[in-house]
Amino acid sequence: MTDKIEKSDIFSYDASGVVNGLLSESKVAAGFPAPSDDSCGTALNLNSLLIKHPASTFFVRVSGESMRDDAIRNGDILVVDRSVEPYDGCIAVCCIDGEFTLKRIKCEGKRVWLMPSNPDFKPIEVMEGNDFSVWGVVRYSISKH
Amino acid sequence: MVGVCDCNNFFVSCERVFNPSLNGKPVVVLSNNDGCIISRSNEAKRLGIKMGQPYFQIKRFCDENGVKIFSSNYALYSDMSHRVMSILRETVPHIEVYSVDEAFIGFDTTDTEILAKTGRRIVERVLRCTGIPVSVGVSQSKTLAKIASKLSKQYPRLNGMCLMYRKEDVEKVLKNFPVGDVWGIGRRLSARLVSMGYSTAWDFYRMGKESARHIGGIGTERTWEELHGTSCIELETEERNRQQICVSRSFAEGIKEFEEMRSVIVAFASKCAEKLRSEKSLCGALSVFMRGGISASKGVPDYDSRAILLETPTDNTAVIAGEAVKALSMIFDRRGNGYKKAGVVLTDISPKCHRQTRLFDETDHEREGRFLKVVDAINAANGANTIVIASQGFDGMKVNRNHLSKHYTTDWDDILTVNV
Repeated sequence: MTDKIEKSDIFSYDASGVVNGLLSESKVAAGFPAPSDDSCGTALNLNSLLIKHPASTFFVRVSGESMRDDAIRNGDILVVDRSVEPYDGCIAVCCIDGEFTLKRIKCEGKRVWLMPSNPDFKPIEVMEGNDFSVWGVVRYSISKH
Repeated sequence: MVGVCDCNNFFVSCERVFNPSLNGKPVVVLSNNDGCIISRSNEAKRLGIKMGQPYFQIKRFCDENGVKIFSSNYALYSDMSHRVMSILRETVPHIEVYSVDEAFIGFDTTDTEILAKTGRRIVERVLRCTGIPVSVGVSQSKTLAKIASKLSKQYPRLNGMCLMYRKEDVEKVLKNFPVGDVWGIGRRLSARLVSMGYSTAWDFYRMGKESARHIGGIGTERTWEELHGTSCIELETEERNRQQICVSRSFAEGIKEFEEMRSVIVAFASKCAEKLRSEKSLCGALSVFMRGGISASKGVPDYDSRAILLETPTDNTAVIAGEAVKALSMIFDRRGNGYKKAGVVLTDISPKCHRQTRLFDETDHEREGRFLKVVDAINAANGANTIVIASQGFDGMKVNRNHLSKHYTTDWDDILTVNV
C-alpha cells in the first residue's frame, strides 16, 4: 500500500479545533508505523520548568540595581507568579502608593519592611498611610551572560 | 444552580493591573479608532460619562477633569480574558465563555453553603491571580444570576458575590429592578412593556406566562420562566464554538462614497475570514451593518443591516468578501450624510470538521484550503494585509490609536518594567 494520506484526515477534530491525538503534520504511508512519532517524548521546554501556573504568571523587566546581592541585575527578566501567597522573606513585585518596586519582604510582628539587597539603598517600612499591596511573588530571574 | 462571573469595568481594570497609578482616578477606554467610550472606571461613571459616548464630544470635559484616556489594547485585553477564564475553569466544574469579560458557571451542587463559598473563592482567586476584580451572581437560572451579579456590583458589602435563591429575596429584588435591565429584554420590548405599565421586573414577573408570550414571543416567555426560577437557557460549555465573529469600526469622518465603503467592508470581511480560519470554523451566514447615514429629510435611516445566507458554509475570503459587498450594495444609500460606523458579522459558525457539502457542490475544498493557508502564512510572516483582495485597496485605513498602552503580556519589548 502506498497511498498517502494526511494524518489530519484520520484523526477527528474536537470542537476546540485541536487535533485529537498527535499534533503531527507529517505524511505517513498507510500500513507502515511511524515509530518516530510514537516513541519520542516531548522536547524539553523552559516554560514547563519556569511556569507552574500560566494564567497567573507574568514577565517583568528589571530596571535598577537595588537587588544586586540577590543576583537580580539591571535588564534581567523576572518570572512572577501572582497565585503564590506572599510569605516572609519572599522577593516580590510590590505596589506602594501607585508605584511598582521590587524588594524582599520582611515581616516583624505587625511591621512590614521592604528590604533592598544593595547597601546603597535603604529599607522601606510600610506605614499605615501607604497604599500597599503585593503584586506578585518572584519565582525565577533570567539573566543574560 | 447557575452562576455568572462578570469582570468589573474590564478594559479599564486590565490597564490598571499594569499601571497602579490609575487606581482611584477616572479612567476610560475608547473603542477602535478612538471613537467612543467603551469602558469606564467607577470614578468616570460618577463624573457622568456615558457608555458609548463619542470621545470628541467629551474630550474637553476629560481634560478638565483629569480623566485618563486609553485606546483599545485588544492584545492585552484578550490575553487577560484568557487568564480569567482559565482560573474559572480551575475553580468550577463547568463554564460557558459568554463574552470577553463574562462567563456562565455551572455547579454540580445545590448546597447553598458550598455555592456561597465557591462564589467568594472565584472573586478572591481571579483578583489574586490576574488582578482583575470580578462580580459573581448565583441563582436558579441564567437570567436570575445576571440580576444577582448586578446586585453584587451595586452593594459593596456583598464583596462582589451575591447568592440569590429564596423566593422572598427574589421578590424584593425584582420589585426594584427595571424591566429593561433584565437579560433578554431588549430596548424595544422594554419600551413596550413600560408603556403598558410593566416597568419593573416584578410587574413582568406577575403578568402571567401567556401574556409574556403574547407580547414578545417564545423568547420572552423563556425570560419569564427564568425569572420564576426555571432554568430554560442551558449552559453551552462547548468552547470556541462561538456564536459570531464581528469586525467593525467607527470612522472619524463619515464615509459617503460607495467605493470607499466597499474597500472598508472587504477589509473587514477579510479579517473576519482570517479569524474564522484560525479557529478552524466555517460560517453559514453573514451580515453587514452601517450606522449614521442619517438624513432625515431624505429618509435615509440611521441604522441598516442586511444578512445573507451562504449556499455552503465557507471560510473562503473571496466568497465572504463577495457576499459582504453584495449585502452592502443592498443597503448603501448615497443620499446620507456619511456613515459613521460599519461592520461585518459572520454567524452560524460551525467547526470545519463537520463540513456538510451540498449535493452539487463543485468547489475543490482541498485546493481552496491550501490556497488560503498560503495567504494566511504570507500575511502572518510579512504583516497583515500583505496579500489582500484587490477591492480592499491598501490605503484609506488609517486608524487612530493615540492613547495605546503597551502589549504587556504579548510582546517581549513591551513587558512591564519595574524600577528596582
